[in-house]
Amino acid sequence: MGYTKRMLWMIPLMLAISFLSFGLVRMAPGGPFDRERKPASPEIERRIREKYHLDEPVLKQYGRYLMGILGGDLGPSLKYRNHTVTEIVVQGLPISMGLGLCAFVCALGLGIPLGLYTAARKGGFGEVAGTFLAVLLVSVPGFVIGPLLVMELGIRWRLLPVALLESPAHWILPVVTLGLYFAGRVARLLREGMLSVRNADFVMAARSKGLSDLEVMLRHTFRIGVLPVVSYSGPMLADLMTGSFVVENLFQIPGMGVFMVNSSLSRDYTMIVGLVLVYAWLLLVLNLVVDMAYRVLDPRIRHED
Amino acid sequence: MRRRRLLLLRPQRNSLGCALRRAILPAVARWVWGRGAAQASCGWFLKPWNRWVPGLFLLLILGLGCSRRETAADLVIVNGQDPESLDPAIITGLEDYRAAPALFEGLTRSDPATARATPGLAERWEVSSDLTEYTFHLRRGLRWSTGEPMGSRDVVYSWLRLLDPRTAADYAALLFCLKNGEEYSLGKIVDASQVGVRALDEWTVRVKLVQPVPYFLDLCASPTLAVVPRHAIEAHGDRWLTSQPVPTSGPYTLETWRLNDKIRFRRNPLYWDAVNTLSERVDLLSISNPTTALNLYERGVVDIIWDKDLVPAELLEDLKVRRDYHAFQYIGTYFIRINVTRAPFQDVRVRRALGLAVDKKRIVERIIRGGEPVADYLVPSGVANHKAPDVLGYDPEAARALLREAGFPGGAGFPTFQYLYDSAAGGAAKVHAKVAVELQATWKRELGIEMELRQMEKKVYLAAQTALDYDLSRSSWVGDYNDSTTFLDLFLGNNGNNRTGWSHPRYEERMRQAGSEPDVERRARILSEAETLLVRDEVPIIPLYFYLGFQFYDPDKIEGIYGNILGMNPIRAVRKRSGVGVGR
Amino acid sequence: MKTEPTAVARGDSRSRAWGRFASQRVAVCGAWVLVVCMTILLLWPWVQQFDPAMIGDRQFSAPDAEHWLGTDVHGRDMLSRVMHGARMSMLVGLAGAGVSLVIGVIWGALAGYVGGRLDAMMMRLVDILYSLPSIIFVIVLITTLEGVVKRWMSGLVTSEFASVTRVTLLFVGLGGVSWLTMSRIVRGQVMALRDRPFVVASRALGAGQWHILRRHILPNILGVVVVYATLTVPAVVLYESFLSFLGLGIQPPQASLGSLIAEGASQINSVRIYWWLIAYPSVVLAGLLMVLSFLGDGLRDALEVRSD
Repeated sequence: MGYTKRMLWMIPLMLAISFLSFGLVRMAPGGPFDRERKPASPEIERRIREKYHLDEPVLKQYGRYLMGILGGDLGPSLKYRNHTVTEIVVQGLPISMGLGLCAFVCALGLGIPLGLYTAARKGGFGEVAGTFLAVLLVSVPGFVIGPLLVMELGIRWRLLPVALLESPAHWILPVVTLGLYFAGRVARLLREGMLSVRNADFVMAARSKGLSDLEVMLRHTFRIGVLPVVSYSGPMLADLMTGSFVVENLFQIPGMGVFMVNSSLSRDYTMIVGLVLVYAWLLLVLNLVVDMAYRVLDPRIRHED
Repeated sequence: MRRRRLLLLRPQRNSLGCALRRAILPAVARWVWGRGAAQASCGWFLKPWNRWVPGLFLLLILGLGCSRRETAADLVIVNGQDPESLDPAIITGLEDYRAAPALFEGLTRSDPATARATPGLAERWEVSSDLTEYTFHLRRGLRWSTGEPMGSRDVVYSWLRLLDPRTAADYAALLFCLKNGEEYSLGKIVDASQVGVRALDEWTVRVKLVQPVPYFLDLCASPTLAVVPRHAIEAHGDRWLTSQPVPTSGPYTLETWRLNDKIRFRRNPLYWDAVNTLSERVDLLSISNPTTALNLYERGVVDIIWDKDLVPAELLEDLKVRRDYHAFQYIGTYFIRINVTRAPFQDVRVRRALGLAVDKKRIVERIIRGGEPVADYLVPSGVANHKAPDVLGYDPEAARALLREAGFPGGAGFPTFQYLYDSAAGGAAKVHAKVAVELQATWKRELGIEMELRQMEKKVYLAAQTALDYDLSRSSWVGDYNDSTTFLDLFLGNNGNNRTGWSHPRYEERMRQAGSEPDVERRARILSEAETLLVRDEVPIIPLYFYLGFQFYDPDKIEGIYGNILGMNPIRAVRKRSGVGVGR
Repeated sequence: MKTEPTAVARGDSRSRAWGRFASQRVAVCGAWVLVVCMTILLLWPWVQQFDPAMIGDRQFSAPDAEHWLGTDVHGRDMLSRVMHGARMSMLVGLAGAGVSLVIGVIWGALAGYVGGRLDAMMMRLVDILYSLPSIIFVIVLITTLEGVVKRWMSGLVTSEFASVTRVTLLFVGLGGVSWLTMSRIVRGQVMALRDRPFVVASRALGAGQWHILRRHILPNILGVVVVYATLTVPAVVLYESFLSFLGLGIQPPQASLGSLIAEGASQINSVRIYWWLIAYPSVVLAGLLMVLSFLGDGLRDALEVRSD
């Protein structure tokens, strides 16, 4: 399918996503204005709901919401009643994206060499060690690694800052905490991809030309072996860019990850739908890029079209 | 073509960098990839994308990192979670209550040490002999932070806005004591001039109450009743707090408000008491993870932590002995709600048995661990004009006898019931779960009854509680003002925060009596009778413990914080002692 | 000179695969360790010394002779808690990964093989589902299905049944959320394979779609699938841990390694560390996942079919 057509398809897709999530959030029990300390009279509650049009039928609310989007307005946040969703996204998204991008580079920078090493050393101790490391990275959650790193490097040795984002040094721990898990996944996927092609025809041809092992690996098998990593990069980058709740909660980073989780927990309808739309758009674009990368990397697919 | 590009990018053969590269890289490559790697490595690492990428990465980090530098603040305070709003009319959370008074002040303001009302925007007032009419005289020359004059019309506007049904203010009920206040709020009256607050002239406000309210002046100091700028609200609507500059009536202006990040206050030079605003720039950080808050405090990045939820119970033993740990009595109670509409809890003997069998001391010592006082009644001791009622106490034998009497000897035949509680998110202490486990064990041991735990996510828990879809539920309440009625009003039959299905005509009668009783002593006695009915006789709730508030700050460095029962620490009174450095 | 043919393993492809598997020392080792672990975990309720829900008086006691792994805030024995947690985690992980594997493989293979419009539609559906907020989805799923179950079985529901239902719903929810990435990966691989010479040849010889899928495509993607499945188990367990961190996961008094880790995460601070509350669950989890991964690698190598 041509890429322009794919991009045009994004619009109805986003509409479908917005509609589904709009309905989904209203299915969850509890509403945005349910509080421990309720207003003394139910009349006030009714008024609040009326003010934000929550007493209207869902379709009508959705129509109103769509009209708003066409005007560029994602609606007011129901939890932070003085802020609009657009404001919050504009504030938080660049930070999450920056953090995500750095973590992405970190994940690839750590994961690809690890994966290559594990694939190259197949059958020996190196493979076991490499797999051990990769699985370790994948099995320990971020809210354990993060506090450990903070405690050691930030409190005991006072090498790095413990939270907030105020200087370049502040970025190191969050990026590393975020990137380690994905580095492990990338390493595993890359190893898998490399091993799956190591006996392919073109590899044998390259080897018979007299190229060294490393050259063969890097120049030929890597392009195909990295395909699973490439397929995974799309969702990985989308996940990273929209912020990780754990890292942002721990390091108090004003990104979008915390909002994505907290808005679900506090039933902030407009925020949830707004964030979902941003996430969906990112995801669609990134998947497009990934598909393009696929074609570039795997000449077998390219030549078939 | 490719070869030529490589040649162009290859550095001079004799440079040090290349020499190093030639020395180190082959060794690394050989170790990683084995024989044959040596020759290929240099070439590989000279490929353009392998050189530019790390460089770009570093550039990215540096750029992003340096983009967020700002001037340091004089005082950095961890306020707790993000305030949902700073608009006095709609704030409900404790964090909001700690932040908003810095921006907006009312007729009276809280004294930092005692939390009692002292003159604020009003410099003096008169009270009529029947205690239902107050006349406030505002100070002359009051101004908004943006320069416009401020007067009694602003006060009237603010209070009417709080009551206005269109504002949909959660705490409009605070002004139901005004004449026609409730009717106006419910829409029964639309003419605002009939409400009992009027501007007599530019500097005088007359307030007419329905019946005497002994704590009315303290009420005026509540952040909800603060004065808000009509011109900004009419110009910007809901966005008036995010459209700079925000006119403020309090000691500070709002310089920055970034959600999930920080709120920065700047001293308001046009405040009537600006000379006594002790810190120039104050940052309020929004942090919800206790570990992060403590880490930042350890590193000296923040000066004060003053949110109760940010102090994990497991660490309290070690934290209690530190100099910078400060605990104080707080106007909050942790209790258990019983759904009296469900069998077998309709039987008052069953409820009393449950109440008698709880070892509250054990729970406080093992789980809560902050040295909180055990609560046998609802209103925390230390609340003004409070007389302690008669209580149940801890008597497992009596509990067993009662249970036998109710038809469940030794717990036989008692249906398995569920204890509802909500779960905390994101690193916050899971106190409710732990208390639940202890209760389960206690009741099993003492009474032989089976209790199950029912953990729900917060909103679902609230919905279940409101719909009376529970057996027992964890609960807590923090008082809004310094008087017993802020707790006892909860259990009136028509109060939306009752959520137990319980009501009692004698209770209602007592509360009504207390409402119209002008004598403070007699009023306290009547309220105490009502409370006795609540906690000893009827037991729709089982109080567990009274809250303690916690603060972390170094008393050698910070002054101006006092532990008062409302937990209100006006920021204007807090500062770093002279001689201590600014920022980090 | 006549060269003796080197001894080639005889027998059908299955026994050859088994032979290759056995020759992978690490994988065999892993398999044995897994068998031993599973046995211990299965038999644990009969072997245990302390009931994991039993409250004791010694809070926060460090590991000693009586409580090998220490006790927690309620005085419950950590060894028992960790073992029961491991049972629950394995159940959650394997079931969740199983669900996601089945749905993901079928979906991805179909999309990748058929291609064209169907592929585009299926992948767009995956995109849509991927964008939906998973936490809300989990909340909605758990509460609606819980409500449904309660209505059907009101009166018959015992606490055991209710908790089992809730855990099952958790698997379904978790599996339902993680099949999406699997399908994308599978689709990528299938797409790469579908126009390879041997597949084209097979088609030219008149083989049906199902036959090709079964005999040619699926065995070739098995490697990626197995590895990805061994990546999905930790992902599911960690997601469950994240849900517990948010308060949505396994309900107390049950525990899973994920919920124990989430509870223990707050122990990592600068004041006082009850290290046994976080160290043991993490080590056990990492160990189990490690064993599963090595096993998965071995399986993958054994099942590897030369791609030409």
